[in-house]
Amino acid sequence: MTQRNTAAPGHIEYVLRLGDNALILGQRLSEWCGHAPVLEEDMALANTALDLIGQARLLLTHAGRLEGRGRDEDQLAFLRGERDYRNLTLAELPNEDFGRTVVRNFLFAAFQVPLYQRLTASSDAELAAVAAKSLKEARYHLSHAGEWVIRLGDGTDVSHDKAQAALDYLWPYTAEFFAANPIDDAVSAAGIGPAWHNLEADWEAAVVPVLVEATLTVPARTPFASYGKFGRHSEHMGHLLATMQTMQRTYPGAQW
Amino acid sequence: MLTESQAWQVLGDVPDPEIPVVSVVELGIVREVASRAGGLRVVVTPTYSGCPATEVIADSIRAALAAAGAGAVDIETRLDPAWTTDWMGDAARDKLRAYGIAPPSGTAAAGGVQPIRFVAKSQTCPHCGSTDTERLSEFGSTACKALYRCRACREPFEYFKPI
Repeated sequence: MTQRNTAAPGHIEYVLRLGDNALILGQRLSEWCGHAPVLEEDMALANTALDLIGQARLLLTHAGRLEGRGRDEDQLAFLRGERDYRNLTLAELPNEDFGRTVVRNFLFAAFQVPLYQRLTASSDAELAAVAAKSLKEARYHLSHAGEWVIRLGDGTDVSHDKAQAALDYLWPYTAEFFAANPIDDAVSAAGIGPAWHNLEADWEAAVVPVLVEATLTVPARTPFASYGKFGRHSEHMGHLLATMQTMQRTYPGAQW
Repeated sequence: MLTESQAWQVLGDVPDPEIPVVSVVELGIVREVASRAGGLRVVVTPTYSGCPATEVIADSIRAALAAAGAGAVDIETRLDPAWTTDWMGDAARDKLRAYGIAPPSGTAAAGGVQPIRFVAKSQTCPHCGSTDTERLSEFGSTACKALYRCRACREPFEYFKPI
């Protein structure tokens, strides 16, 4: 290959983080297909998964082009090792129950919305275009998940307790969204995208009022840290990848 | 060989695979048609990132133009500006309504900043015209639609979400 990688430092890594977030949460949500508590939510979770996987395809295709080593979306999605994935740990955690699933979707969509909003002004025109398109989808996911957070939190004693337990479990993983790092600094200096730690105020402004309306207690921040976006994943990631990659690993190069 | 306007005419008869009552041109998916040596270049903008119809649409565009004798057809996907339901004209909206799908109401920009609420905005029933309707599901049979029910005529209907 004579093609050279001319991307700015951190650029590829940053796009991989975006793409892997969408890919891994999309894969998790697709596990609900045929299993959701009611038909309407089965369609909702499957459609959300479809949007996310669509975003992942565009983002990973773009990451592959930036890299310039001839890897396409499928090679990036299906043929990397665990430590080469750059998704937030939050995205790979098991679905558990419907409550944890929608609370996670809510926390994640509330992060995707301001992120995609800022990315529409990216100096990387392709990234800006993907963000403008995905923003419309993320907003709808946020509104759908937010309604469920309120309905469950401010619902029966059982639904409230389950929603609170889900929030308590997931909340510590949201610290990773905003963990500062050199990749973000480089990318933000180059005008490619926001440093994620600068999104914390927007995220909280979107999240906290809904949690309050849901009568849920906003957990305190703890020293807990997770490192998925740096490639160090939870014990759940390997199992997810085993399921997701099995076809391409068993029949390399297989086409639909 | 086809001229650009002939190609537009051919594409005007290519139905959307999920909502065959409207063409890919009426949906606003086809953005540009340009003649080039030996054939045509067609620019398309996908609707939703994960819409499974996107590839079928590209195939049907290619097949229809080939059948009309267009020569080599090169399909380019363009993301920017992002597809919006605002690109659907009045004729397309009337066809959707006649088919039993409520067309998107208002402009996409107005829909972007809705607060969270449980009672979705009422939509006009495409069957009887009543506005006494309720949303049953935020998602429908395709990524682009939600499911509603009319309280007046009791018929269910789909609503094309404005994005």
